[in-house]
Amino acid sequence: MIYSEKVMDHFQNPRNVGTIPDADGIGQVGNPVCGDMMTFYVKVKDDRLTDIKFQTFGCGAAIAVSSIVSEMAMGKTLEEAMDITNDKVAEELGGLPKNKLHCSNLGADALHKAIEDYKSRSKPGAKEAAAGAAPEVQEAHDEKCCCPYCDGPLDGMQAVCSCHHCDIELVECPECGKYTNHADETCVSCGAKIAT
Amino acid sequence: MRRVYLDHIAATPLLPGVLEAMLPFLRERFGNPQSLHSDGPAALEAVEEAREMVAGLIRASASEILFTASGSESNNLALKGLALANRNRGTHLVCSAIEHSSVLNSVKSLERLGFTATPVAVDQDGLVNPQDVEKALTKTTTLVSVMLANAEVGTIEPVAEIAKICRVRNVLVHTDAVAAVGNIPVDTRALSVDALSLAGDQFYGPKGGAALYLKKGTRIVPLIEGGIQEGGRRGGTENVAAIVGLGKAAEIAREKMEERTEKARTLRERLIAGLSRTADHVLLTGHRELRLPHHASFCIKFIEGEAMLLNLDMRGIAASSGSACTSKALKASHVLLAMGLDHATAQGSLVFSLIEDNSAEDIDYLLEVFPPIIDRLRKMSPLYTEYLKERRK
Repeated sequence: MIYSEKVMDHFQNPRNVGTIPDADGIGQVGNPVCGDMMTFYVKVKDDRLTDIKFQTFGCGAAIAVSSIVSEMAMGKTLEEAMDITNDKVAEELGGLPKNKLHCSNLGADALHKAIEDYKSRSKPGAKEAAAGAAPEVQEAHDEKCCCPYCDGPLDGMQAVCSCHHCDIELVECPECGKYTNHADETCVSCGAKIAT
Repeated sequence: MRRVYLDHIAATPLLPGVLEAMLPFLRERFGNPQSLHSDGPAALEAVEEAREMVAGLIRASASEILFTASGSESNNLALKGLALANRNRGTHLVCSAIEHSSVLNSVKSLERLGFTATPVAVDQDGLVNPQDVEKALTKTTTLVSVMLANAEVGTIEPVAEIAKICRVRNVLVHTDAVAAVGNIPVDTRALSVDALSLAGDQFYGPKGGAALYLKKGTRIVPLIEGGIQEGGRRGGTENVAAIVGLGKAAEIAREKMEERTEKARTLRERLIAGLSRTADHVLLTGHRELRLPHHASFCIKFIEGEAMLLNLDMRGIAASSGSACTSKALKASHVLLAMGLDHATAQGSLVFSLIEDNSAEDIDYLLEVFPPIIDRLRKMSPLYTEYLKERRK
């Protein structure tokens, strides 16, 4: 089995699956081009996450990541929840295969987006404006996947492109074809050596 | 727990008779076929017998069979070897968009050497139109490579028609028949191709036993240079046991061809009809009629392949998927995308391919276990929720 026991447990028995119709915040990340899509719904009371639900389209790792993120964040303050990083998620799951690490980014991102959505809605004056607005969905671009480090959108679709958020230049790994940091010696996704 | 193996395209089990035939060559008959002492001829004889068997399966002459270590090697040898041997005649190649990566990457590598290539598109069923191949030919085209059957979607391509067009234009034709040989009747004379790849692990032979059919008189540049093995076209001491296994598997495949295809077709129809009845939003991929008899491939909408495979495996069922999540590089199957499927649909790819041991009960077990898995994954899919919302509008 390519996954740890804990991943398989969360994959088989995912916690907190579903939607919250009157959610205080909704966060959606990913697109089918990259492989996975996650939607997180949160309820907030007195700065604490009182309920979390998610839906995930994706592989075993993506489902397990969503499940454990929901568990890790449940009952936490918003600040604590924003502190949940992809590293912590992967660690909590007993590790993930290298090429599935990006799934842990997605889980933390989706949760953070939902919290940010809540914050923007609860800003004075923003409530009315946000109430009717649908959650922001990343568009699926052909071949244009997301930054392997921050999952943000990428600039350019050639062999070399850049992520403005991380301020790095990305190149296609000759081994697995995924984008990786040009300055790095090895590919973030598969570990192959990158010729510089 | 019940185990149901439905992943023929990944590997087939070794037939007991094949293993029996191989064992002496891993034990007492270990000699090098090229040795002059008496151990040599004993091994060489077995290799040449296997060559006859393989030739017999595809209606070729023994001298037209060249042993290799894998279908990928055969494809590499055909593409690079034929392109390089005909370089002075031209440097343009044509292949279909749904070829195996061993063909596509060989073409890429040839492009770096100065060759040019034209990929030919396929229709929504994965079929290559021979007219499109004809249109792609230029004055400098020397080689066309179109697979006989696609392992991911099961579609059988009109290779004989394509070869007919190419023959008139003096263009060589290679076909990757790895998924086809041993599973459907293949006749190199009727196909009229110059080169054809096959692999024993696709018809109950051992891994490591594969071959390239090369029509008599066809020049090729070897990939592996060494001694005089395989007429100097592929150096390296012969993998005698694997070659013997391939030969035995070919002999059995020829004898049992009709029985195998008939049985596989019946079970396949049971699977396709059954799944269409028990699950909705299920799309059959590949051509409905022109497909491998043991092959049933689908895209299950709104959910992803790896999640399905893991769930099926927990219930003892082995299958394959072309989803991005199941690939190391996290890229969706180029075959499904070439057939015009969008990424989300391609993510739901699932391939069931039957082996000869499968029974009607196996299919019924799959049909009992699989629909609840689909339901469970859809319940947690944001795409399905979205779909339901849209439908309510």
